[in-house]
Formats: sequence, C-alpha cells, structure tokens
Amino acid sequence: MKCRKCGGKAAFNMRQHKLALCKEHYLEWIPAQTERFIEKYRMFTHDEKILVAVSGGKDSLSLWDILWKLGYHADGLYLALGIDEGIGYSDESRRLCEEFASKRGLTLHVVDVLGDYGHTIPDLARSTHRGKDKPCSVCGLVKRHEMNRIARDFGYDVLATGHNLDDEAAVLFGNTLRWDGEYLLRQGPVLPAAPGLARKAKPLCRFCEREMAAYALLSGIEYIYDECPFAVGSTSIYYKELLNDLEHERPGAKLSFYLSFLEAKKKGLFAEQREETTAGLNVCQQCGQPTSALDLCSFCRMMGVGV
Amino acid sequence: MSVKLILRDKEYEVKAGMTLLSALKKTGIVPESVIATRDGELITEDEILQDGQVVKLIAVISGG
Repeated sequence: MKCRKCGGKAAFNMRQHKLALCKEHYLEWIPAQTERFIEKYRMFTHDEKILVAVSGGKDSLSLWDILWKLGYHADGLYLALGIDEGIGYSDESRRLCEEFASKRGLTLHVVDVLGDYGHTIPDLARSTHRGKDKPCSVCGLVKRHEMNRIARDFGYDVLATGHNLDDEAAVLFGNTLRWDGEYLLRQGPVLPAAPGLARKAKPLCRFCEREMAAYALLSGIEYIYDECPFAVGSTSIYYKELLNDLEHERPGAKLSFYLSFLEAKKKGLFAEQREETTAGLNVCQQCGQPTSALDLCSFCRMMGVGV
Repeated sequence: MSVKLILRDKEYEVKAGMTLLSALKKTGIVPESVIATRDGELITEDEILQDGQVVKLIAVISGG
C-alpha cells in the first residue's frame, strides 16, 4: 500500500477515509486535522490557557503532544488515583506522564488523591454505596471534580481531554439505547463553561482509537499499554467492540453515527427538557463547586463521610 | 511455513503467504481493534506475511 501524498510505503491505512499515509505524512496529517477540528468546533484559541488531562494512555499523551507541536499553551494534569491491583497501574502511568512532560519541558500538575483526601479509588469503591460494584462510577466522580477544581484554581480557560471517536460513539450508543435525552443533549466536542464549571473540549473526538494508537506509536510516545484493571469487562468496552464489528463491515460507520448525531442536535432534534445551565444549582459549602444538593456536593460527601 | 501473531499473552499461528487482513480474519481478531507491527514498524493490512515472521499486535481499545 502506498502513501497517497508521496507514493512511498504507507505506514497506516484509514479505510473510512480511503487514505493511506507514510509515517512522515501521517504525523503531519493528524495535527493538521486536530487544528481543523479545534477551529471548526471553536474549542479554544492560541491565546487561551489549556489544561490537558493526562492518564499515561495513548490518547491523552498524544493530545498533549499535538497541542504542544501546534504551539498551544497547554499544561498537563495527572490524577494519581492509587490504582495498583498488583500491577502498579497508577505508579507506571504517573511515571510515563512525568517523563513525557520532562522530555518536552512542559508543566505537569499532579494531584495525589490519597495524599490530599486520604482515600484511593479502590478504597472508595469498597467503602461507599456509590462504588459498590462500580469503581468506574467513583473514579469518574473524582476525576470530574478534580479536573474542574484544578482548571479553576489555576485559571485555565479550558480543560481538554483525550476522548476519541470510539469513546464518543460508545457513549452515544449507550445513551441512544436508553434514549437518555439529557445526556444526548450534553454530548458534543465542546461543553461550554458555566458558573463554577470550566469549559471542556475534546479535540480528538473525530479520530478513531486505532488512529490515535498509530499516532502514539509512530511518534515514539511511550504510553501505558495495560488497560485499567477496573475497566476490564466494562459496558463501554463491550459497546466499542460491537461498534468495531460494525466498522469492519461498514468502514466509516462510527464517524457517520457521531457526525449525524451532531448534525441532528444542531438542527434541534433534541429539545431541552429543563434548564441546562447551572442557574438552578446550589454551591457546595465545602468546595464551592455546583451541586444539586443543598449542602455538600457528591464528591465532598463521598470523601468526607463515606456515604 | 508459518507466521506467528502475538496479541497480549496469546500466540496464533497462520500459514505464510496470506495477507495480514486474512490472517486476522482467520484468527478471529477484529482488524479495527489492533495495530500490527513487525520488527517495530507498523504494517498495513495488505502486507503479505512471509515464513518465520513474527507480527506483534497491539490492542487499541481502552476505556472504562
């Protein structure tokens, strides 16, 4: 297979785009496309401060690498969640993030959840009602809260995450199976800022997971290959496998599913059922973040009293 | 006359002379879920696999 741009040996083929590229042209194509998506969806500008949430995985480290190469002011945030499970998962992912930042001279914020709050994710999964049989639920709550806290405390304009097309299509698939109107309305490449909540952007939302793995490998980015031990067997991975079966038979199905959804949303197919702003929300008495509760937000209640 | 495919801790053997895509189908691996490398280089699905080659497959699905 030959590179469409130079005729040299192709390193990677994207059947959905009918496009094969050599290493050199692939490593140019991905950042150029990312820049195009950032502009198209008005995610952020070169004048803004970006906080990139990094996990040590291929997507988030590739995103940080791309933003850095494109000249954005992008710092990193790593959350040490205390996941060991016999393989030292958090320690290894932290090492990879720190090494990535150090090699490029970039700023990395590290939040140690155990040091700051006295609990690890596995502790919380075992000891709380929320975490019972659902460690990913606890983890999601901690990540959302802490990413938003650091973005606000350090004055970042936007929080960027490495969600790729497979992530977005799997979430969309799940929300569609349940016809969850509220979640469907909130899903998109950008979630605007609201009182107490930082703007969120997903610059990789149109790239397949496989494309991001190819970018990381061809760029020589060292990332953690192991899956989070708690994610094994998760529903989102099951949906991704189903969608990959579909993609294999119908190249472009995942992208079409996601883009058609965005188009439908733009045309008003999904009507708001209630106020989507945080105007009706209260302020957590402990951390100051928005909450639907009258006193403490879910995060502070979980960390403080272990409900 | 065989080629070895390695995915995580599993090994598969296929006949030499087939394409990577055919080899993946033969072993029941969904091509969209992996990236194939040989001697550290990425290879595309039309690559014809030669006797004695070892192809390392990298799983790309992540999440939770």
